[in-house]
Amino acid sequence: MLRRQPWLLAILLAPAIASYTLVFVLPLLWLLRMSFNEALGAGSFRPAFTFENYLRFLTDPYYLQITVNSVTLSLWVTVFTLILTYPIALFLFRVDSSWKNLFLVVTISPLLVSAVVRTYGWIVILGDRGLVNSALLELGLINIPLRLVNNEVGVLIGLTQILMPYMALALIAGFGRLDPDLEKAAMSLGARPWVAFLRVTLPLSLPGVALGCLLTFALCISSFVTPKLLGGGRVFLVATEIYDQALQLLNWPFAASMSILLLMVFGLALVLYSRLIRRFDWE
Amino acid sequence: MGRVLHNTIILSLYLFLLAPIIIVFIVSFSADPFLAFPPSGWSLKWYGEILRNQEFVQAFRLSLSIALWVTIIGVLVGTPAALALSRFQFTGREWLLSLFTAPLLIPSIVLGLSLLLVFLPLRLAFTLEGLVLAHLLVVLPYVIRILATSFQTLSRQFEEAALSLGATPWVAFWKVILPLITPSLIASAALAFVLSFDEVVISLFLVGPQFKTLPVAIFEYVQFRTDPQIAALSVVLILLSLLVVLIVERAIGLFQAIR
Repeated sequence: MLRRQPWLLAILLAPAIASYTLVFVLPLLWLLRMSFNEALGAGSFRPAFTFENYLRFLTDPYYLQITVNSVTLSLWVTVFTLILTYPIALFLFRVDSSWKNLFLVVTISPLLVSAVVRTYGWIVILGDRGLVNSALLELGLINIPLRLVNNEVGVLIGLTQILMPYMALALIAGFGRLDPDLEKAAMSLGARPWVAFLRVTLPLSLPGVALGCLLTFALCISSFVTPKLLGGGRVFLVATEIYDQALQLLNWPFAASMSILLLMVFGLALVLYSRLIRRFDWE
Repeated sequence: MGRVLHNTIILSLYLFLLAPIIIVFIVSFSADPFLAFPPSGWSLKWYGEILRNQEFVQAFRLSLSIALWVTIIGVLVGTPAALALSRFQFTGREWLLSLFTAPLLIPSIVLGLSLLLVFLPLRLAFTLEGLVLAHLLVVLPYVIRILATSFQTLSRQFEEAALSLGATPWVAFWKVILPLITPSLIASAALAFVLSFDEVVISLFLVGPQFKTLPVAIFEYVQFRTDPQIAALSVVLILLSLLVVLIVERAIGLFQAIR
């Protein structure tokens, strides 16, 4: 009945399509176009079709360095996030169902606290007069405060915590496909708990691990607030460079070309992601 | 022994996960003029301080009005789109669904820059309208996804019964479908409000010197100064989010909402 009224369909979809065109499709196309323009500095540019912005990024050693920084940091954050989140996800998978929902909510609740606020929390913990340094000084373990903020260490710790809920969601989804009785079956057949975990649960949870790592890496390499605040302007990454080029140096064509390159890395991660989904017969 | 070790590990991991939130609560009651832990004394003065800080009060007002506009427009735009996606069969439906959720897959920093570049010539940069439009991009994927799922899980028999009893599609929507999806509407509106209110990266590109949202004001403040005032402000924001989460939890349960 409803399905045979194309005008109704058009009316229902029109506002959404108009919104997406104005705030999504057009801006991205314009960004792509801008990346080929010739930069004249200070917010001005000349319409052109040049690959100069891309070449500058790909040939200048400084930008190679920040790309390496971004990738290295993201890899480390992904590793730490996985190590710290896996036990939580495993615990959530095994915990008695009456407690499960409460722990699930606690696990993902940090997502609903702004990244700015959580990053500020880490400054309080890691700063020169913060929790960690005060405790260590008090205990006499150190004489001068450790440098935990305004460098990569702080960014690494902050990003790990900020990305843990996302990793948890991916891992929980992975565990969701697992039958809790499998482990018990293995143990009833004589496997020790440790062996049952290594031979049964761990291999079956790998699809969730792969997806979680990919998600964490993608979110990490594009994160901006935490590196900017915890890095104190001394940690140089691709995302912070896009911001500086766009809003401080007003070099829009160059910022645009870096954004397009970042999108390409993202696209690559997405292709991998969908391959993995098909491979593991997800959904 | 193994059990104790296991519980200790899980507890420490949760402590790490919640550490920045817990610490912000503690420091917000500090009496010190600077950021130090543990505080040398306790007071509520920083809560009073944020009310006296004109910049934060103004930023709060701006964020509130943006979030309210975004919530209203987001639900008004998202609901019909979700209905169309779940109740109509048409070519390009799958494609449209991917388009509507695609902004979730693009880094915010790229979205922010692209919006700035388009809004500058359109004179929408540094305006309320521009920020509302930009935040729509953040909330619409969630609103459309939540509502499309809830329309899909709603049996067609309800509206078909109404239609066969002589109701027009319009009446069937208002009297039958809408009451049944009200919980999802509340959940998506609440989520839209929180997402807009907390959004910082895209906003950074579209705010002006005298025209800042609250997260941007906090971001800029923390960049140059750190004192317990931000902790007090953070607690207010956390409580606001918590309130919204409770509304969602009451309406449909948090886990149905994020799935």
